[in-house]
Amino acid sequence: MSSYSITEPSRRQKWVAGVLVILYAMVTLLPLLWIIATGFKTPADAIAYPPKVVFEPTLEGYVNLFTTRTRMAPEALEALGPPDTWYDRIVRQYDMVISGPSRYGERFLNSVIIGFGSTFLSVVLGTLAAYAFSRFKVPLKDDLLFFILSTRMMPPIAVAIPIFLMFRTLGLSDTHLGMILLYTAVNISLAVWLLKGFIDEIPREYEEAALIDGYTRFQAFRKVVLPQAATGIASTAIFCLIFAWNEYAFAVLLTSGTAQTAPPFIPTIIGVGKDWPAVAAGATLFLLPVMVFTILLRKHLLRGITFGAVRK
Amino acid sequence: MTQSPMTRVAAATPPGLARRIRGLSDRTLAWIFVAPTIALLLAINIFPLVWTIRLSLTNYRANRASADIEWVGLRNYERILTDPDIWRTMQATAHFLIWTLVLQVMIGFALAWLINRKFRGNDLWTTIIVLPMMLSPAVVGNFWTFLYQPQIGLFNYVVGFFGGVDPSSFTMIGSVSLAPWAIVIVDTWMWTPFVMLICLAGLRSIPDYIYEAAAIDRASPWRQFWTITVPMVLPFLMLAVLFRGIENFKMFDLVVQLTGGGPGSTTELTSINLKREAFEKWRTGYASAYAIILFVTVFGLASIYVKLLNKVKER
Repeated sequence: MSSYSITEPSRRQKWVAGVLVILYAMVTLLPLLWIIATGFKTPADAIAYPPKVVFEPTLEGYVNLFTTRTRMAPEALEALGPPDTWYDRIVRQYDMVISGPSRYGERFLNSVIIGFGSTFLSVVLGTLAAYAFSRFKVPLKDDLLFFILSTRMMPPIAVAIPIFLMFRTLGLSDTHLGMILLYTAVNISLAVWLLKGFIDEIPREYEEAALIDGYTRFQAFRKVVLPQAATGIASTAIFCLIFAWNEYAFAVLLTSGTAQTAPPFIPTIIGVGKDWPAVAAGATLFLLPVMVFTILLRKHLLRGITFGAVRK
Repeated sequence: MTQSPMTRVAAATPPGLARRIRGLSDRTLAWIFVAPTIALLLAINIFPLVWTIRLSLTNYRANRASADIEWVGLRNYERILTDPDIWRTMQATAHFLIWTLVLQVMIGFALAWLINRKFRGNDLWTTIIVLPMMLSPAVVGNFWTFLYQPQIGLFNYVVGFFGGVDPSSFTMIGSVSLAPWAIVIVDTWMWTPFVMLICLAGLRSIPDYIYEAAAIDRASPWRQFWTITVPMVLPFLMLAVLFRGIENFKMFDLVVQLTGGGPGSTTELTSINLKREAFEKWRTGYASAYAIILFVTVFGLASIYVKLLNKVKER
């Protein structure tokens, strides 16, 4: 067999293509790297002209992100004695003392609770529904599937008005439970469609063999189908999690205190002091897990991105 | 009284859930599996939609819950469709929609074609290009306002550096002429990878033997590109346009954080305008009618488009 093939691009073509793609990737990456870098700058460095590429890294942004501070008169500061910890020392440079923790920790935790809660619920309900759609004769199957998909066409703000009123009546506004249910409802269409695709690919023969061996339908589902669909379930779960993690429109309209997630909160960090390093630090901590996830799990994610419309 | 063998067997079988599940027919099981999903969607998607329709016929205001609700019929719809401000909003949306689609299709297809040259390490670079679309639009949009700062912002600096203009001479999100482009740029940066991925799937679905046959027939690479590559990727590309079109028609989070609809109302897309009507002016009835009009528009346009897409696929 010769190594020459008509469909294999030439070496020169590959080289040019590689250079162009890498150039685009660099440009694309620049804003993200800038967010991460800004988190480690001092406020003065962050707004320097020309923009500083080389700078002395500091954790000031992260300290400001997690604390609230108050300004004190120099005499009062002196009376306090020397700073005990590294973060005290950073704050003291600006004649300030740490007066307490900021809200960021809580908001981040809310994102985690609501994200994982809604993901769990959408995947459980989605797997059941997808299995039924894949294996059983469900009356009006195509209509139901289209109905499930069409719920995604509604602008979030359009549904937000009655949901706002409904949650207010039921006492669900600004609660974790309300947000979990809401995100589950939004995610479930994606979950059902993706999972149906995965379950369709599992040969029916496995279950039929199990049924002949005396398993009930439910046992066959639990012991044969579920293990086979594990990868599909996992990648669907990641998708639901990323959606819930990133969601902003519902979060900003329906939560304000107890259940507020990080996306509506991060832009408010800026405050009056134009503290860009703290915003960047908050954004970095929030975005980095998703970036790492994407790079690690790239093979499984690609199908979900295209909404299951494109198989492999 | 002696028991029949059947009843004795039944008595020996442990009652409870396990037995009940065991005895379920496929049909019942199917309903049990589907019901929770349908119930949830009915409660959180369909019921609200019906409620929105009802509200759209009233003058209800959510911030004055105790006030009398008056039925106004179709007056809300009439007012919206004759309101010049709404048409200005629609124009802003159309500008955003058309330009993001044009740029994303062009760049996305070109990138997919280049990546499909299969150079070494292409999957790693693909993943890096995909990163922006996985991130929270609100958080990223918020940070772009920093990149767009005149003088100190990275975007202005880079444009100034390569374009030879003074980086403090223009402000992307503060000027009426540049703000519509500022949101197009960020959306393109974020979502081009989506179009790219779908195009890539399309390119990879073309079997090699078609190109081999064309090469034997001495079709030039240029001709192969236009007669094989483009037509075979077209259905995929159209699908990408559909998804992006729907998403960008609903666009809220990214733009609201970037420009907040400003300056003035130059970048006030429909969703932002709707949010203002519903949650700042609290004209709930009016906003509900507005929401219904938007939903019908998206649904109608999408349906027509899907028909078109199916025709292309049939060819």
